Amino acid sequence: MSRYLTLSALAVLFLFPLVWSGYASLEEPSNYLEMARFGEGLGTYATNSVLVSVMTVAGTLVISALGGYGFARFDFPGKNVLFLATLAILMVPYATILIPLYVLLGYLGLQNSLVGLSLVFVMFQLPFALFMMRNAFEALPRELEEAALVDGCGTFRAFARILLHAVRPALITVGLFAFLASWNDFFAPLILLNDGSSFTLPVAVVSMTQHTFGAIDYGMLQAGVMVMAVPCLILFIVLQRHYVRGFMSGALRG
Amino acid sequence: MTLTITRSGRRPAHTAPSARWRSRKVQGWLYAAPTAVIVGVLFIAPLALVVWMSLNRWPLLGQATFNAPDNYLKIGDNPLFIDAVLFTLKYTAITTVLLSAVALGLALLVQDRRPGIGFFRTAFFLPGAVGFAAAGLLFYGMLNNDFGPIDPLLQALHITSEPVKWIGTPNMALFSTIALVLWRFAGFNMLILLTGLQAIPTEVYEAARSDGANRRQVFTKITLPLLRPTLALMLILSVTGSLLAFDQFFVFTNGGPDNSTVSMVMVVYRDAFFRFDLGGAAALSVVLLVALVGLNTVMMRRLR
Repeated sequence: MSRYLTLSALAVLFLFPLVWSGYASLEEPSNYLEMARFGEGLGTYATNSVLVSVMTVAGTLVISALGGYGFARFDFPGKNVLFLATLAILMVPYATILIPLYVLLGYLGLQNSLVGLSLVFVMFQLPFALFMMRNAFEALPRELEEAALVDGCGTFRAFARILLHAVRPALITVGLFAFLASWNDFFAPLILLNDGSSFTLPVAVVSMTQHTFGAIDYGMLQAGVMVMAVPCLILFIVLQRHYVRGFMSGALRG
Repeated sequence: MTLTITRSGRRPAHTAPSARWRSRKVQGWLYAAPTAVIVGVLFIAPLALVVWMSLNRWPLLGQATFNAPDNYLKIGDNPLFIDAVLFTLKYTAITTVLLSAVALGLALLVQDRRPGIGFFRTAFFLPGAVGFAAAGLLFYGMLNNDFGPIDPLLQALHITSEPVKWIGTPNMALFSTIALVLWRFAGFNMLILLTGLQAIPTEVYEAARSDGANRRQVFTKITLPLLRPTLALMLILSVTGSLLAFDQFFVFTNGGPDNSTVSMVMVVYRDAFFRFDLGGAAALSVVLLVALVGLNTVMMRRLR
């Protein structure tokens, strides 16, 4: 019983900020209207965030699914070097390569572009995504694929028609991670985007507070927090089962 | 490859089994090619570029000129960076200790399956879905002296008699930031530890209990040693994350008061985008990079 009391007290501590923020933002519903009119308009920033997240999730899923299958089922020269190079992304501090990325995207004509930002997010997601997808494909019985090959499918058809369905939990986990990371990230868009009309939500909402420091409207601020957080919270709860399962199996096998 | 070319010089559309029309090696490469392109262009190339930039005077706009090793020599003259290193180390030490303790406590509380435990796991874990920028603004509002709910609450409970300067003094700004980080990350670290706890076979516990071990002995002699690899993973993630802290200070304390919460990455950012000195920022990046890769290697060896 005392354990439940402790747990309840802790749960109140953890949930209180979210509940309060929701309440504070709704106290004056005009907060949302006011925020919607800020800068280029909430619609622009939300659209940018959705575009970046969709491109990041799609790119991460396609690249890591193809790569995961390749790494799990084929042998080719340079395989280990490429896998280690991908995992090395985790070892290298995020912040230290953003400045050269800023310069590099300039050379590629992708500076201040949502496509460029998405590609950078895909790169940062790749170690986790590739690792998860390789494990998922390795866990599939080989018979599944061999049956398809004997029937005359090429490996790509076996991959696209049969194996992809079998690794759906891993795809959902990787997709959710990619969404949360790209939707929430603040530092990369802060550096890689410099035109107000291309800002994503975190940069837009933070700049909204930093420009009007002193005369800050806290109700409006919490409305911004809710606009950023609510989609994540909903997805997080809806997909929780897959996510926790995928996470546990990946962690244990790693 | 030659086998796949028919007399007309075209690939056969569907020779059965068509899987053989290319060697497995080439196919493997094709599947891995998008990964290789992303890693090569967006990871290896920037790594090389950051080293090259650190050897040049590289203004935000205009021509780069080779000036090695000036950017590196300048680091020692940058008092803000030295302070930032000390501050970041202090922040990392406190955060890592507290985060490990809280996450371990939570994991032990929710490790057994019992009614309602799923709700508590979700409750602790939920803040992890909130981005750092949103979480920073949320706390900024919550701790505000005129508007936030925390000051009235503490006063009603007679814990304080007047509003607290949550981010107005260096010590309180550090303390408030750590509270924010604990709220945001404790649940995530709890989940990592939970995977480790669940990997410990129940027979081990049963054997210990039948040998007459008490709860504390079970914890120190069995749980902790068997949890070591998972604790190591959590420590590495926490140390790396804290050493590279940026968002929380940029959004929440804005480096203040009086530059007392400027982290190392904030100095890199300011050098590059306020002082327009990309070369100097690149040199700082290289130093950080080498230090972190070295530290990670040492930690992985020692903690294994």
